[in-house]
Amino acid sequence: MSESASTPTPAVATELRAARSHVGRRILRNPTGLVALIVLTVMVLLAVFADLLAPMDPSKANIQDVLAPAGGAHPLGADSAGRDVLSRLLFATRFSIAGALWAVLIAAVIGVTSGLIAGYYQKWFESVSVWVISIIQALPGIVVLLAARAVVGPSIWLIMAVFGVILSPAFYRLTYTAVVGVRNELFIDAARVAGVGDASIIGRHILSVVRAPIIIQAALLAGIGIAVQSGLDFLGLGDTNVPTWGQMLSDAFSRMYQAPILLIWPSLAIALTSISLVLFGNALRDELERAAGKPKKRRRGTAAYVPDASGDAPVTHDEERADDRATLLQVDGLVVGYDQPDGGVKQVVNGVSLTVRKGEVHGLIGESGSGKTQTAWSILRLLPAGGRIVAGTVSFDGKDLAHLSENAMVKIRGRRIAYIPQEPMSNLDPSFTIGSQLVEPMTVTLGISKAEAKERALALLGRVGLPDPKKTFDSYPHEVSGGQAQRVLIAGAVSCEADLIIADEPTTALDVTVQADILDLLRALQSDLHVAVLIVTHNFGVVADLCDRVSVMQNGRIVETGPARSIFRNPRHPYTRSLFDAILEDGAARGPLAHAADRNTITERSAR
Amino acid sequence: MLRFILRRLLAGVILLFVVSSLAYLLLYLGAGDIARQILGVSATQEQVAQKAAQLGLDQPLITRYVTWVGNAITGDFGASWFTSQPVVAAITSRLAVTLSLVFGTTILTAIVATALGVWAARKRGAADRLVQIVSVLGFAIPGFLIAIFLVNVFALNLRWFKPTGFVQLSTSFPGWLSTVTLPILALSIGAIAAIASQVRGSVIDTMRQDWVRTLRSRGLSENRVLYKHVLRNAGGPALAVLAVQFVGLLGGAIIVEQIFAIPGLGPVATQSTARGDIPLVMGLVVVTAAIVVVVNIVIEILHGFLNPKARIS
Repeated sequence: MSESASTPTPAVATELRAARSHVGRRILRNPTGLVALIVLTVMVLLAVFADLLAPMDPSKANIQDVLAPAGGAHPLGADSAGRDVLSRLLFATRFSIAGALWAVLIAAVIGVTSGLIAGYYQKWFESVSVWVISIIQALPGIVVLLAARAVVGPSIWLIMAVFGVILSPAFYRLTYTAVVGVRNELFIDAARVAGVGDASIIGRHILSVVRAPIIIQAALLAGIGIAVQSGLDFLGLGDTNVPTWGQMLSDAFSRMYQAPILLIWPSLAIALTSISLVLFGNALRDELERAAGKPKKRRRGTAAYVPDASGDAPVTHDEERADDRATLLQVDGLVVGYDQPDGGVKQVVNGVSLTVRKGEVHGLIGESGSGKTQTAWSILRLLPAGGRIVAGTVSFDGKDLAHLSENAMVKIRGRRIAYIPQEPMSNLDPSFTIGSQLVEPMTVTLGISKAEAKERALALLGRVGLPDPKKTFDSYPHEVSGGQAQRVLIAGAVSCEADLIIADEPTTALDVTVQADILDLLRALQSDLHVAVLIVTHNFGVVADLCDRVSVMQNGRIVETGPARSIFRNPRHPYTRSLFDAILEDGAARGPLAHAADRNTITERSAR
Repeated sequence: MLRFILRRLLAGVILLFVVSSLAYLLLYLGAGDIARQILGVSATQEQVAQKAAQLGLDQPLITRYVTWVGNAITGDFGASWFTSQPVVAAITSRLAVTLSLVFGTTILTAIVATALGVWAARKRGAADRLVQIVSVLGFAIPGFLIAIFLVNVFALNLRWFKPTGFVQLSTSFPGWLSTVTLPILALSIGAIAAIASQVRGSVIDTMRQDWVRTLRSRGLSENRVLYKHVLRNAGGPALAVLAVQFVGLLGGAIIVEQIFAIPGLGPVATQSTARGDIPLVMGLVVVTAAIVVVVNIVIEILHGFLNPKARIS
């Protein structure tokens, strides 16, 4: 339960710090947060001024007023002992809230202190804490409280103190994670070098990071505290001299048949307070995440479209010799966009057109963020959530894939157009064996039996150069290497005899030595199967190795296209030339990329 | 697999030993003059001393503790101070009732929470908001409050169910079902809220994994990928929450049983607590801790079944 509260990771810790000063004000502008805060404030005020507001003594019983209806001297009626319900409700608010706060305070003091010590000094303190926590969590909280109650008697303060101890791991974990994160950040070392003492470091840097998450956690735990405290009193285990919501509920429940109305007030008080606490905690967390999440929103591949002044139509090289192969895939004016929270659409592909003929290898080259992967995914109609084809057509075998129904698309994928991903290790389902992930698509798309599919899968695993197909078939993805996983993925792509394979940087994530093997394999498979390939890459070496035809992409559009040989001989667009310069200088400092309007994408690329 | 279970069992036994020892020492150190409490203020000093000797309270705490551990290993947890009924008999006769309630709740919770979580993750939009609102309410409102509400509406007003009473599962399944429907509903809402939002979160996270795109690129429909592959991968985190919720349910059952007058561990726990009947309280501590240990091992085995990486360690 308490796990659901947010724990800042080291990466966002800095941002949290920057954001925290605004969160206090933001919560007031969050409608749910504001309402919850108002309800809680009213509750606290009622609790504090219970003496002034209550019309009579909450414990004064009057035989004549037993179960008196609302009105007159008793605005909300009287309970089974003839005590005034309104007065009891006001004082119960005081004691119930105080009890919950007391438990949270104890939990926070224990949890935060031990979390700070364990996180800052680690070592033995940490392993001791792990044991203590597993002991605390070996029993349901209520059972521990019942046991404690058997010994300490019906004191609300002692019982809630014990409950505070039970709750303390929630604060411990929160503080511990935050401290370990912040501790490893450089500025702490810098502070230490500068001669700042440990206490000062903790005080200044770490407490400021965990403050907001602690408030969130406290709100959620206070709700649990109220529930547990009421529950114990409802069972009749509380101190009968202290009015609480649980006591009132217990009394009302025993008279449920005569005066069910009495149940309403304590129920309403408990529900309203608990819901407000949770909503307040959630609203605070939302605001914190929103404040911290801003700089992270920019995802790879969603670079803003920067209009390219020079490029209207791509530079097109003439065919060197007549190509009579029929067109297989014809993309025309493809525009891909992502819906933004503000209602706008961020375009990542801006009118791409390209042609892939039967049996041809077409290279789509460009730097990261140029939109080439987005183009590949939109042909398969497998864009991430929020992404869609805004305009253009994708003609494949007489159908426009851009406008085909999802059901029809399922029949195209795998069987007609296959896909080889970039990152081999993250593209296999970790929970299933490699074999079952090869067999399943074959039985579904080709309609063959499991036994036949298994036979074919084993043959394919051998074909892609895996030394022990049987062993790989029975392995789980985490048991094979990256190169082997990529061979498995290639086997999967060719398993259903597709006419077109879209390969998205199939060698980028691999070791240099493995890259060459995988390229050899792709070349061999392509010439054996006569399958067309659209290969996405940022590497001209790959293009030179495999491709018949090349399209160069920059900022979401094609800038130059034509036969590979012709483009290699005579690159005409300045961007293509700068890409060539980049390989020639290999390793040395690069000259500035022409028209590289987006600096971030360059940094991203050179970081590779 | 067998070694894994044995190792976990050993760790569980150690934990059980530590927890029960701590509980024993804290309970007896914290207790006052036990014999006096049992006999009341009117008893003479002589009677009190005699009672203390009869209960073995005249011996040093450490001797009593060693004797208790020795007897506990052979399955003897002593007898109640007030009814003289053996602790084991008092607990086992009621344990099955509580367990039938808690397991019924767990099954209902797992099914409903998974359905809701997947629905919210899939549809997003209005469905998502609805599930999130239900989650907040279920999280915030204590189970016994929901129980009181259900009794009022469905038992007292609509008269669909009897407000109190219990039929053993072994006697009649429909009878059992009619008496546990409201308690199970009351208990499950909070757990459903917690697990549904966990399922929703992990399904959304898992749907973003690269391999989901790759499996779909192989010609598998979105539903097939979701129900066969995504759900299995999202199941691990949900199971972890289920384990935590189960412990909570065990505690919640104690209060809810009181409301519906179900003869489970709840009334025993409440009564022995109010009287300070330490042997019975100790028995309850050991039994619930043992259940928690066993359930955690079962959950870990299930987790290993779902996630091959967890199998080796």
